[in-house]
Amino acid sequence: MKIEVTVNGEHQSYDVEPRMLLVHFLRDVVGLTGTHVGCETSLCGACSVMLNGDAVKSCTVLAVQANGAEITTIEGLAQNGELHPIQEGFWECHGLQCGFCTPGMIIAAHQLLERNPKPSEADIRRGIEGNLCRCTGYQHIVDAVQYASKKMTT
Amino acid sequence: MTPFDYHAPKTLRSAMRLVQAFGDDAKVLAGGHSLIPSMKLRLAAPSVVIDLSGVAGLKRVTAGNETISIGALATHYAVESHRLLPSKCSLLPETAAEIGDAQVRNRGTVGGSIAHADPAADWPATMLALDAQFDIAGPDGERAVAASDFFVDLFITDLQPGEILTQIRIAVPAECSGGAYVKMRQSASGFALAGVAAQVTLDDAGNCASVAVGVTGVAPAAYRAHAVEDALVGQGIDAVADAAAHATDGVEEFQEDHHASGDYRAHLARVFTQRALSQAIDRAA
Repeated sequence: MKIEVTVNGEHQSYDVEPRMLLVHFLRDVVGLTGTHVGCETSLCGACSVMLNGDAVKSCTVLAVQANGAEITTIEGLAQNGELHPIQEGFWECHGLQCGFCTPGMIIAAHQLLERNPKPSEADIRRGIEGNLCRCTGYQHIVDAVQYASKKMTT
Repeated sequence: MTPFDYHAPKTLRSAMRLVQAFGDDAKVLAGGHSLIPSMKLRLAAPSVVIDLSGVAGLKRVTAGNETISIGALATHYAVESHRLLPSKCSLLPETAAEIGDAQVRNRGTVGGSIAHADPAADWPATMLALDAQFDIAGPDGERAVAASDFFVDLFITDLQPGEILTQIRIAVPAECSGGAYVKMRQSASGFALAGVAAQVTLDDAGNCASVAVGVTGVAPAAYRAHAVEDALVGQGIDAVADAAAHATDGVEEFQEDHHASGDYRAHLARVFTQRALSQAIDRAA
């Protein structure tokens, strides 16, 4: 089936099988491997991307469901070679260890800060509850989101 | 996933035509957060998937003076974040906020969850406690079914082949009403090991004029705890503990798995019934 999507601002059209998952489409067809396949059961959040402004787990969306949609992946956050403030926060606060969960964490944080620019620590923990870090580095991730919140609101 | 044909109708009429044409070979896709996982596990292997997300008008949530309408394709987040619902009927956004996680709530739909009727889903308890009406489109026109007649058994509802759930309607609770939804989350998935929704209205003396309690996660289908309601009507908050002891009266079969035994779920049902009722009465006062 033919679908048209805008990925990180670039309009593209592809022919995909209806059963192809969005995460596999992004990685294997579009070639953007920043979005990770973790659990593939909508639990871990590593595959999170923005779909028409909503953070979604792209392992639980069919590529055909994204027909006509705007998608932002981790690759689309940095602008003109400058890290997005959330990415900068993860860098500054050591918000990643192995880095596998990081793209999804950043997308979840991105959604959270859009809806709640000055979240409390509890808000942040709730905002990223759909994302698992198997290095268990949550404290630094929370610090990173707080860093970004501060930077983005001042 | 086994291969399938994908249809994305733009109108309810064409969706109905597809559903009727393909019958049992087809599955209706709403947010996909139950169907897609089932298809990955090959618990479901439809040869046709009919995606309702492009059907105009099914996503709307409106809160009028008397009635709240939730389109079947409205996401959990649309209910969680609706501007008017906290004051009109706080039980709805409170329940939505308890589902899964932010990404799941962005995508999963109220109608999808209800039509799927997972025994551990959150919405059925709340829909029972709010006496919701479900509007269903079928080959012979529209019909409405009360939540209390809808949830039949494990993943079985009153929805018939060829029918589509289109809208949920809820009467705005009267003055001096309060609701609460409390649950024990299965820590990985967030599904309810037991979840209890309570909605009460108080009379001038502060006693319960009406009580409705919905329980999910405990039995093969969510149910109304009528014995609890009967024990509490006309009584005040002091009677909550004794009433809640009846939370599993009449339940013949308990859900049981490696996460929680039937006995434990029954215990949770009684404890959370007490908590939900206490909170609901507090909020109504």
